Amino acid sequence: MTRYVMVADLRRCVGCQTCTAACKEGNGTPPGVQWRRVLDLESGTYPNVHRVFVPVGCQHCANPPCLEVCPSTATRQRPDGIVTIDYDLCIGCSYCIMACPYDARSLVDRTHYAFGDTPTPAEAARVHHQTSGVATKCTFCAKRIDAGVARGLVPGTDPEATPLCVNSCISGALSFGDIDDPAGPVAELLAENQWFRMHESEGTEPGFYYIWDKGTL
Amino acid sequence: MSQPIASRRQSYWDLRAAGNFIGGGSGAGLVVMAALAALAGAPFRLALALGLAGVLLGLSLVWLEIGKPWRALNVFFHPRTSWMTREGIVASLLFPAGLAASLMASPAATSLAALLAGGFLYCQARILRAARGIPAWRQAEIVPLILATGLAEGSGLYLLVGTATTAAIGCALLAALAREAAWRAYRAGLAGTQLAAPSLAVFDSPAARGARAAQVAAVALMVLALVAARLAPEVSASLGVAAGALAAGGGWGLKALLITRAAFTRPVAIPAMPMRGSSDARAWRTSRS
Repeated sequence: MTRYVMVADLRRCVGCQTCTAACKEGNGTPPGVQWRRVLDLESGTYPNVHRVFVPVGCQHCANPPCLEVCPSTATRQRPDGIVTIDYDLCIGCSYCIMACPYDARSLVDRTHYAFGDTPTPAEAARVHHQTSGVATKCTFCAKRIDAGVARGLVPGTDPEATPLCVNSCISGALSFGDIDDPAGPVAELLAENQWFRMHESEGTEPGFYYIWDKGTL
Repeated sequence: MSQPIASRRQSYWDLRAAGNFIGGGSGAGLVVMAALAALAGAPFRLALALGLAGVLLGLSLVWLEIGKPWRALNVFFHPRTSWMTREGIVASLLFPAGLAASLMASPAATSLAALLAGGFLYCQARILRAARGIPAWRQAEIVPLILATGLAEGSGLYLLVGTATTAAIGCALLAALAREAAWRAYRAGLAGTQLAAPSLAVFDSPAARGARAAQVAAVALMVLALVAARLAPEVSASLGVAAGALAAGGGWGLKALLITRAAFTRPVAIPAMPMRGSSDARAWRTSRS
């Protein structure tokens, strides 16, 4: 059984936002919408101040609250764990946005561009009109994965079958793969390091792991 | 480049969505009161019609809010788990049941309409409860609060559009007291979480205090109206009407705040800070091999 997950090594992330830019470039999201974000968290008081960069986005939960509330069945879950949105079914009620504990979903009422009503050539090439008025979120680059798998490539290992944010990460902080493959990169990373998942108490079983130290749990 | 890390006020559900909870809640409460009036042999058709109109108005406002209004019928596709779908199904049954109750005026028909109105109100409460990204809504105490608020608003409206009899004022008082208890339980529950500080600040704002003052004043006026019914019957109905207006208006105000102003997202929280400098080369090789 395949279960795709993403791993963010918080020790490595430098907060460069390259993953954010790669996602935006590849998926053509409108201004104000970022499926992959990197939060800049600070804690403590001087001189004992800590700073950490936390990549966030759809956690592709095993028990997604968004799927439960969606009235149109537009939100679905694939057998490999990827949570998807059918843009042709979604009614744009935003209920899934309210149900997501990770603030990972967005909705824009109409197509708009960075500089007014006229798209730049880059925007014109990537604009997706069917995503106006419906909920959108990170897809783990599902189309890219599917196309890669169809060619016999391995997601997380072969760049052509790996999410854009992972490919673009300059520090190797982001990893992707099948957690059920014991020999795969993700399973090995999680076995050798201490990790947590966001809002674990929610019982959502996120498919997004954060490594924070070496050693096993 | 910094990103917001604290709670963010949701901006997707505005006054149109609040209008569904206001119109639907008040309308459903009014249908329940109309059914009680019908069972008691009192005039009920105007209240019933206005109650159904309130529900319809609320749903119409939601229709105006959704991104793809011409796909609205897709809302019926997920009854297995979605309370929004269930709300739509119950509403679609409520209107014919209400029409039948108005035409037949039989106890069975009016009871069915009241049952469906109660079900509609319950669905609305569960819609908020299932919104797990909004701490102010996901509280378990939101369910009795929305139920009691709907009944308090509906019974308050009945005092305006029906006859402010002693029995009607008594029903409205019971509903208003239930709302008081539900509100206190909700506030206490919210205060017990670590995530609701911004919502509690909204509930302490002048606007929220005004709405709460109207609700408390409604209770006081209802008590006065019941006392006046014995001492000065000619003023009892007037007091009842004023109390009804305050009960409904106070509920609407607080609901508008609950949906549009007090709804903050859950903040990001990480249980462990990274131990920098300890990332081993093996992990690097693994992730890039």
